[in-house]
Amino acid sequence: MTMDRSQGRVQRPANDAAPVATASGHRGLVLEEALIFEQGQVGRTGVDLPEPTAMLSRLGGLDRQGAIGLPGLAEPQVVRHFTRLSQKNYGIDSGFFPLGSCTMKHNPRLNEKMARLPGFGDIHPLQPESTVQGALALIHELAHWLTTLTGMPAVALSPAAGAHGEFCGMAAIRAALAARGDVRRRVLVPESAHGTNPATAAALGYEVDPIPATARGRVDLAAFKAKLGSDVAATMITNPNTCGLFEDEIQEIAHLIHGAGGFFYCDGANFNAIVGRVRPADLGVDAMHINLHKTFSTPHGGGGPGSGPVVLSADLAPYAPLPMVVLEGDRYRVVETADGSAAATFGRLKAFHGQMGMFVRALAYMKSHGADGLRQVATDAVLNANYVLARLKGRLTASFDGPTMHEALFDDRFLKDTGVSTLDFAKALIDEGFHPMTMYFPLVVHGAMLIEPTETESKEAIDQFCDTVLSLAERAASEADAFHASPRLTPRRRLDETQAARKPTLRWTPPALPAAAE
Amino acid sequence: MRYLPLTDVDRRQMLATIGVASTDDLFVDVPQSARLAAPIAGLPMHMGELEVERDLKRLAARNMDAGSVPFFLGAGAYRHHVPASVDTILSRGEFLTSYTPYQPEIAQGTLQYLYEFQTQVAMITGMDVANASMYDGSTACAEAVAMANRVTKRTKAVVSGALHPHYRAVVETQARLCGFEVVAAPVDLDGAEDLASLIDGETSCVVAQNPGVFGHVRDLSGLAAAAHAKGALLIAVVTEVVSLGAIKPPGAMGADIVVAEGQSIGNGLNFGGPYVGLFATTDKYVRQMPGRLAGETVDADGRRGWVLTLSTREQHIRREKATSNICTNSGLCALAFTVHMSLLGEAGFTRLAHLNHQAACRTADKLASIPGVSVLPRAFFNEFAVRLPKPAAAVVDALAARRILGGVPASRLWPDNPALASILLVAATETTSDADIDAFATALAEVL
Amino acid sequence: MLKFTKDHEWLRIDGDVATVGITAYAQEQLGDVVFVELPAIGRALKAGKDAAVVESVKAASDVYAPIDGTVTEANDALPDEPGLVNTDPMGAGWFFKQTIANPAELEPLMDEVAYAAYIESLS
Repeated sequence: MTMDRSQGRVQRPANDAAPVATASGHRGLVLEEALIFEQGQVGRTGVDLPEPTAMLSRLGGLDRQGAIGLPGLAEPQVVRHFTRLSQKNYGIDSGFFPLGSCTMKHNPRLNEKMARLPGFGDIHPLQPESTVQGALALIHELAHWLTTLTGMPAVALSPAAGAHGEFCGMAAIRAALAARGDVRRRVLVPESAHGTNPATAAALGYEVDPIPATARGRVDLAAFKAKLGSDVAATMITNPNTCGLFEDEIQEIAHLIHGAGGFFYCDGANFNAIVGRVRPADLGVDAMHINLHKTFSTPHGGGGPGSGPVVLSADLAPYAPLPMVVLEGDRYRVVETADGSAAATFGRLKAFHGQMGMFVRALAYMKSHGADGLRQVATDAVLNANYVLARLKGRLTASFDGPTMHEALFDDRFLKDTGVSTLDFAKALIDEGFHPMTMYFPLVVHGAMLIEPTETESKEAIDQFCDTVLSLAERAASEADAFHASPRLTPRRRLDETQAARKPTLRWTPPALPAAAE
Repeated sequence: MRYLPLTDVDRRQMLATIGVASTDDLFVDVPQSARLAAPIAGLPMHMGELEVERDLKRLAARNMDAGSVPFFLGAGAYRHHVPASVDTILSRGEFLTSYTPYQPEIAQGTLQYLYEFQTQVAMITGMDVANASMYDGSTACAEAVAMANRVTKRTKAVVSGALHPHYRAVVETQARLCGFEVVAAPVDLDGAEDLASLIDGETSCVVAQNPGVFGHVRDLSGLAAAAHAKGALLIAVVTEVVSLGAIKPPGAMGADIVVAEGQSIGNGLNFGGPYVGLFATTDKYVRQMPGRLAGETVDADGRRGWVLTLSTREQHIRREKATSNICTNSGLCALAFTVHMSLLGEAGFTRLAHLNHQAACRTADKLASIPGVSVLPRAFFNEFAVRLPKPAAAVVDALAARRILGGVPASRLWPDNPALASILLVAATETTSDADIDAFATALAEVL
Repeated sequence: MLKFTKDHEWLRIDGDVATVGITAYAQEQLGDVVFVELPAIGRALKAGKDAAVVESVKAASDVYAPIDGTVTEANDALPDEPGLVNTDPMGAGWFFKQTIANPAELEPLMDEVAYAAYIESLS
């Protein structure tokens, strides 16, 4: 069998301390909250809608029969319910959130305000072009920023998130190869890659061929060369990579893949480390997605929505997906058909034009920073990460020497023989009031801890975090039991993931009814 | 710079701790030829809030927003009233600025609302189980086809001629790129297509939209039976999720997978995105589902809580063997859906649906009274196709010049099909007033 | 007769049928097993190729067929109680039974002593 290891993670929590008991179940500001389905009453509603004047029905006899089962609540109850839920969440607004590879930077509220302007938020994607010239101009302007910042000639804006962007870029590569009658089978992906890279390549029918990392945490150039061949369609490389390191041989890698007739897909998840200082075009990139929810700070929102525009080289631009916004004279137009300049398009990835709400936020962010501010963004992000590395590397075990880019990678060697795992360490950080770093990713080091402070953290906040981490590292050897029992101060303590997966309960059902709804 | 807390004093101290002389020394791994010495040319320098706001408002002002005019567009995106409290909840930093709930102890808020979202979606679609959202309805549709291929180990999808053309294009694009076959039925303007005859022993799934893109409401039960008889799955697509408040749900018609665009509940038009894809199926296929799932469990003290579960289906664990490459989904849009649906409740949701149907019936009757205009579907929900005596695109432009947004010309969605040139798709919702309907009908009569 | 592979599967040979599972060492590395996907009866197996899948919360691993053969039985208890793989990996936690198409394939596999030494060499 393949040995995907748990790396010391214990998925079943230990129970060794009773919670503080109260009569209500609430504990101060930590308020218990039942499911919305457990609080409704028939006859209550949180909206006032007029009674339909006549019960017209032209539904072809297919009227819904019987109740749906939705609970009824008045607005104050609904507002309180979700407010209480929000209080069980940690966000960037709450505190330091150094989740490596995820780029949890401040989300400016101006951007939220702009996205809610009726001129952007209340327009339909299929309105006549004459009535949405401002929206099309905004998309065109965003494209200008993205192409200028990357040095690439074209950008496809419709992908809904990073993984969707990967699919877009790799699809363009596949189409370009097909257009020259060149069927290729393999895609080279470093072992340190995000899981989306191999998943994307596999979805497009490619065989994923892993490339090992060197002791320096970078693509093994010799191994890369050995794997190159006329059946390699592309390589997908994240740069800076998921160890936080800049691939210093990236131009050579690009040169080699191009020499072999393949393409260089760059995973731009870490573009925030180099924006304004390095243009991917100068590294030999053919296609790269940009997570607007990372580099350009559109909010992560508990897991989305994102937006993943893909910049494309001149060779790949003809295959870009529909639709595209073009400027003709002084009018903006949406190209929605595969003719003219779009004759070679590989098709459509999504209904309508892309994540407009994210476009507005990202453009507001770009305009606020300007060319000078974006350069400072990368500079400060890298400075903060190197500062974390410098402050922690004497006590924790840094996986690679610096300088690093926007994040600092440690592994669990410093916890050897303490009985404390990376998971325990992360959970102890929660009790200290911090969101943990990324754990167990990338896969190329054991017990990974990937720390990304971002540029929007102050030196004071970073110092406080580093002081806490150092203190925990000191305590690990003597207080292993306390680590295993953490977190203790959260609305819920460690959750039983084994039980959740063995007997999945994925929805609420009324107590009286069997599990499967009719 | 208002978003960057570091001062020059901080930077000097930090550089000293790191042991380098300047920040440029931190970029030594970047090849010399790729290092830029100064801010990139061709872009403006930083701006204050006031200037940015002024700039963007200038662009926003060049758009005709739906709320300012009589408005009748649908075709996969619908204008509904979103209660004020939805945005208040969404704007809470603990929701807005949180991440995917990978640390469940400090993400119970997100996990619980995802569980509530999954339950609401399963309830309204009449299915056993739903995931924690996809990007939108169209991508959910393509994912459903991929899932049906996995379940049946077949690679041929039959697609209805009443499926939204963008959805069909997304499925066809995926088919071309990922190597499966699509049998697309001809455009079904009459709602009378016979999809069952296209199903054979190699068909993995049949994809049918209800109501169809031209508005027809259909019973999919027969189609489900025909698909099942050949070992294929029925994928039901719903682009207007409010319809589920009035129409028999796809689960009760035998659908194996239901995908829907959830934008109508809680989410604005936003010029096409971000929206929220709903994805529901039956218990037996749950491990073949794409996307995240929140599940119930207990914590170390035995208290009920929630975690992301069945993650081994997903890319961060299964990598090239994952059920999908999806990572980021539509979390915050799912929250908007959940809050709005919670406010509506059973009574509100069903009433909302009836108000939509009523507004559409009134609009249809009014338009049908104009000479030369005919309403095509007999059974419809809140949207219907009409045939005009002249090309619809020009009519819509003429209406827009009179500040009326009068529907979607079919030529916008089927630009290569001249037979549909005079077809107009018209939608009405609870936001459509009688005055709007009158203004529309009057203007339409004038421009025809 | 008990045999082991380098990929941590075990086989118990009983006449012309081999019962296959994963070793105690393997289940320990995986952690709590939450799901097992078993091969269909009658499926032809190829030595070294995928035969089953075993999942913990954070990992999904392929279980390889140790030798060529045809699946004759699958452990019906596992889908409902995947924890058997943890509590009794060499007994009630067995995965499937298969025919032995080519007895010569058993030769290079390890016996208990050799496997114990192999595990030792991994740590």
